[in-house]
Amino acid sequence: MLLNIKNLHLEIGGKEIIKGLNLGINKGEVHAIMGPNGTGKSTLAAAITGREGYDVTKGEIVYKGIDILEMPPEDRAKEGIFLSFQYPVEIPGVSMTNFMRTAMNEHLEYQGKNPIPATDFLKRMDEKKKIVEIHSKLTNRSVNEGFSGGEKKKNEIFQMAMLEPTLSILDETDSGLDIDALRIVANGVNTLKTSENAFIIITHYQRLLDYIEPDFVHVLYDGQIVKSGGKDLAIELEEKGYDWIKQENENY
Amino acid sequence: MMEYTKPNVLKKHLTDLFEESKVSVFSKDKDYISALRTEAIAQFDKKGFPSGKDESWRGTDLKKVLSKGYQQFLHPQNQDIDLSKLFICEVHNFDTDILSLLNGWMVNGYARLKTFENGTIIGSLAEAMEEYPELINEYYNKSDKINEHSFSSLNTAFAIDGVFIYVPDGVQVDRAIQMVSIINHDENLLVQNRNLIILGNNSSLTFVQCDDSTNKLTSLNNSVTEFFIGENSNLDHTKLQNLNNKSTLINSTYINQDANSNVSTNAISLNGGLIRNNINVALNGQGSNANVYGLYLMDDKQHIDNRVYIDHKVANCTSSELFKGILDDEASGIFNGHIMVRKDAQNTNAFQNNNNILLKDTATIDTLPFLEIYADDVKCSHGATIGQLDLEAMFYLRSRGISEDNARMLLMYAFATEVINNISIDPLRERIDDMVKKRLRGELSICDTCVLHCGSPEKEVHFDIDLSKI
Repeated sequence: MLLNIKNLHLEIGGKEIIKGLNLGINKGEVHAIMGPNGTGKSTLAAAITGREGYDVTKGEIVYKGIDILEMPPEDRAKEGIFLSFQYPVEIPGVSMTNFMRTAMNEHLEYQGKNPIPATDFLKRMDEKKKIVEIHSKLTNRSVNEGFSGGEKKKNEIFQMAMLEPTLSILDETDSGLDIDALRIVANGVNTLKTSENAFIIITHYQRLLDYIEPDFVHVLYDGQIVKSGGKDLAIELEEKGYDWIKQENENY
Repeated sequence: MMEYTKPNVLKKHLTDLFEESKVSVFSKDKDYISALRTEAIAQFDKKGFPSGKDESWRGTDLKKVLSKGYQQFLHPQNQDIDLSKLFICEVHNFDTDILSLLNGWMVNGYARLKTFENGTIIGSLAEAMEEYPELINEYYNKSDKINEHSFSSLNTAFAIDGVFIYVPDGVQVDRAIQMVSIINHDENLLVQNRNLIILGNNSSLTFVQCDDSTNKLTSLNNSVTEFFIGENSNLDHTKLQNLNNKSTLINSTYINQDANSNVSTNAISLNGGLIRNNINVALNGQGSNANVYGLYLMDDKQHIDNRVYIDHKVANCTSSELFKGILDDEASGIFNGHIMVRKDAQNTNAFQNNNNILLKDTATIDTLPFLEIYADDVKCSHGATIGQLDLEAMFYLRSRGISEDNARMLLMYAFATEVINNISIDPLRERIDDMVKKRLRGELSICDTCVLHCGSPEKEVHFDIDLSKI
C-alpha cells in the first residue's frame, strides 16, 4: 500500500479536527474525498504534507512503509508527496525559474543524482508548461505573483508535472475555476496519471470528477470517513446534498 | 594609547589638536578654507558630539564609540604595504576608474588631479584645493544643512583629502568612477575624508563609493560627501559598506539638485559595527527627482542608522525612498525618513517605504517616518513594515522539497532583491547580488569586498540555489 492512514487523531490549538480517520491508497488509484465545509478535508491534506501547527495525538500515517509523521515537509516532498494548494501562495521576488530549479535540484540531490543542467531544465519547463497550456513566459515571473485564479491552479499542476510526485493531493483545485480552466487542469492531471502514482482529490462538487474519474469516493464528516464507495457515490452526493449523510451520522 | 573615558575627552583632544595644527599643517591653507575650518571647529566646539538627548540621534548611542582613544593623522602615513595588492578590481566586465583612499588619503594614480580632454577633473581634493580655488570656493561646504550637523562640522574643520570630481556641462562620463576607502592601521584610527562631486548642466556620472576594512581593528570614519547636480544632469550613486564589527562609519551625504536633475542613491550596508548614513537631499530646482534607496543586513550586535532628509523646496519635484533591512541576532536599526514639503513646493510627489524582517526577537528596529508638509497640492505617502519571514511562503517552498535553510534564504534574498534591482550597472548589480547572497548565508568576510582581494584565499562559494538568471 502506498499510503496507509491508521486511526488518525489530530488537533489544532487543542481542538480535535480529525477523529480517528482510516484511509488506504494503492498506486494507480484515484481517491476523491468529499464532504461539507469544516469537516477536516484540508486539515487531512496538511497532515499528510507536514504543515506545522497540526498536532497528531494518535494514529499514524504510513507512506511507502514508513511512518512519516516526524518527517519535515521537504523530505516528504522528496519522497514523492505533492500538494496542489487550495490557495497557492504569492512569493514576490522569487522567480518561478529559481523556485523550480531549486526544488528539482534538491529532489535530485536526495536521489543521489547530479543537478540538472540549465538548458535541460529550461527545456523541461517548456515541455511541462504545455501540459497545462501555460503560454506565458514563466522565467521572469515571481511565484504566483499577479497570477489570475486560473493561472495559479494551472501553475500548481505545472509544478506537479515538473516534480513527478508519487502521491498528489489536489486540495479544492476546482474552486474558482471557470469551465475552460477546469478542463485544462483535469487534462493535465489525466496526462500525469500512471499505474505508478496515486491521487487524492479533495472537492465539494462532483464537477471535477466528471473530468478526473475517481476509483473511490470517500465522504469525510466530522473528522472521520463515514462513507466510501465508487464514483456513483459522488453522483448521489451531487443529487442529494450532504444532509442525508449528516442525518445518517447523527442517528448513530 | 590613552583610553578616554568620556566623549568630551575626545572632543577636547580634537579641539586641542586643531589649535596645534592651525599654526602647522593648516597654516598653508587658502584663506577661505582656513575661515571655514575656524568656523566649523567653533560649531563643533559649541555643539559637541551628538548625544542621546539629540533628537536626530535618538536610538544610536555613540558613548562607547567616542570613549575610545583615536589617532587622527594630518599627514599621510607611509605604510609598508603593497598597494597594488590592496586594490584589485574584482568586478569583472565593470569598466571603472578606481580612486583609492587609504586611511583617508588618496593613493595610486589619482593622488594628483587628472584633467581630461573634455574638461572632466578627477583626483585628490587636497590638490583641487590648490589648483581650482574658484570651484572650491563656489561649492565646497555649500551644501544645504551641512553646518547643522556637528560631525560634518568636525569633518570640515579637519578634512584635507578625499575625492574630487568635476564634470563640465554636457559631458557624460561613460566609465563608472569607483572610490574605495580602506582603513588599514594597527591602532584606533579616526579618519575624516571629504569628497566633493560637481556635475554641470546636462551631464552625467556613475559613482560607486565603497567603505571597507582590511583587518579587525577599531576605527572611526567620519566621511562627508557633497554632490552638486546641475540642470538636466544625472547622478547614479551606490554606496557599498562592508566593515568589520569594530568599525564605526558616519557617512554623511549631501545632495543638492538643480532643475530637472535626476539622482539615484543606493546605500548597501553589508557589515559594520555601527553605521550611520546621513542622507540630505535638497531639491532646489523644479522638475528634479531623487530616488533614495537602502539595504541593510545586520547581525551580531551591529547597529545601522539610516537617516534621510528630503527637502522639497520648489514645485514639481518627486522623491521616492525605499529602505529594506534584515536584522538577526541582537542587531539593532533605526530608519528615520523626514520629508519636508515647503510652502511653494506645489505638485510634489514624495513616497517613502521602509520594510524590515527581524529574524530573531532579540533584533530590533525603530522606523520613524516624518512628513512635514506646508503646501496643499501634494501627493505624499509613507509605509513601514516590521515582520518575520512569511510562514505560508515557507511552507509552500518546503512542500516542494526545498530545505528550510534554502527556503529561508530564498525568501530573504527575494526581500532584498527589490533594492538590488535598482542598481543600474549590470556587472556591479551582479557583484552586489552575489555579496548579498554570501552575506545571507553567513559566508561574506570583510575581506571579500567589491574590489579588494586581501590575499586570503577566496573560498569557493557554492550555492545550492542558483539565483542567477539562467
